[in-house]
Amino acid sequence: MSWHTTHAWLAVLALVAVTVLTRSFFLLSNSEPRLPAWLLQGLRHAPVAALLAMVVPEVFLSNGHLLADWRDARLFAVAAALLYWLARRNDVTGTILVGTATLMLLRLGLGWL
Amino acid sequence: MNLPSVAAWRTARADPAWRAAFAAGRRDIAGAALGTVAMGLVAGVAMAKSGLGLGLVLGVSLLVFASASQLACLPLIAAGAPLWVIAATACVLNLRFVVFSMHWRRYFGGHSRLHRVLFSYLAGDPVYAQFVQRYPVPAPGGRTTRAQQGYFLGLALTNWAAWHVASLAGIFLADAIPAAWGLRFIGVLALLALALPMLTDRAVRCSALAAGAVALATASLPMGLNVVAAIGTAFVAGLWADKRWSVR
Repeated sequence: MSWHTTHAWLAVLALVAVTVLTRSFFLLSNSEPRLPAWLLQGLRHAPVAALLAMVVPEVFLSNGHLLADWRDARLFAVAAALLYWLARRNDVTGTILVGTATLMLLRLGLGWL
Repeated sequence: MNLPSVAAWRTARADPAWRAAFAAGRRDIAGAALGTVAMGLVAGVAMAKSGLGLGLVLGVSLLVFASASQLACLPLIAAGAPLWVIAATACVLNLRFVVFSMHWRRYFGGHSRLHRVLFSYLAGDPVYAQFVQRYPVPAPGGRTTRAQQGYFLGLALTNWAAWHVASLAGIFLADAIPAAWGLRFIGVLALLALALPMLTDRAVRCSALAAGAVALATASLPMGLNVVAAIGTAFVAGLWADKRWSVR
């Protein structure tokens, strides 16, 4: 095996280890981790923040710059998904389908970016 | 897997409540699985075109099971970056799962360590979001009820299968999938739809808004550190907002 291949496999093993260890971080110990109340209170806000932090830049940036043109399929897909969500609460599947349909229609139908 | 868990699996599958919950989980993840399929295809195509050998690419695809860190770390691996840089990047991108793991502890902290690790490994973003929406309150003692267990596995195994089928398809059909489809954004739409039910009260909406703004403003940071900045912001803004609207 060449050095590069060995290095790459070691990197894959490291990625597996990081994935398993981060996902099971607070589950590894058999005893309940004792965390202060303020930490638990603050962490209540973390999961949804993490998800939206991955979403927002993907919607408003292209190649690291704010969108210059409002005719962007992504904006309309997000708007359609949000409107559907407000109209039919708690329908996650429908929201994704409406957003995806809008995206595909504008991109493949009208040739938008 | 040891024998007791195989026996437990058989008993669970014989229970109609477990089977109904499993079917419900499979059904509820369907929309989000569309996002998982899209992201899996994107990751597969990226891996096929990364210049790494097929054996390695299959190794990453089948073992790592983490879309964001796979996409971010492949170029680093291909470029022969130092191992610690690759591991640190993956740690930052997986930070949200550390937070999720604390919430999961309330649901299945009472199970054996093997089960806890296995469950958390399967629990990607859509599984977490869908599960806590269906079961906002954990069962006492950190032991999942039969129905919760069936629902969790219905969600998690469907999501797992969707990811792997799509990722393998992406690797082998890389040249047949046009970039114009913009598949990646379907994954983004799925994450958005999964986040919406979590915006349950005014304080969380406030901290989420702050987090989104910070993630956008710090988007140029390397290694996905903008997500870390956003989580930190939500933490501080959340503590303030909870006090302001006196939650708990």
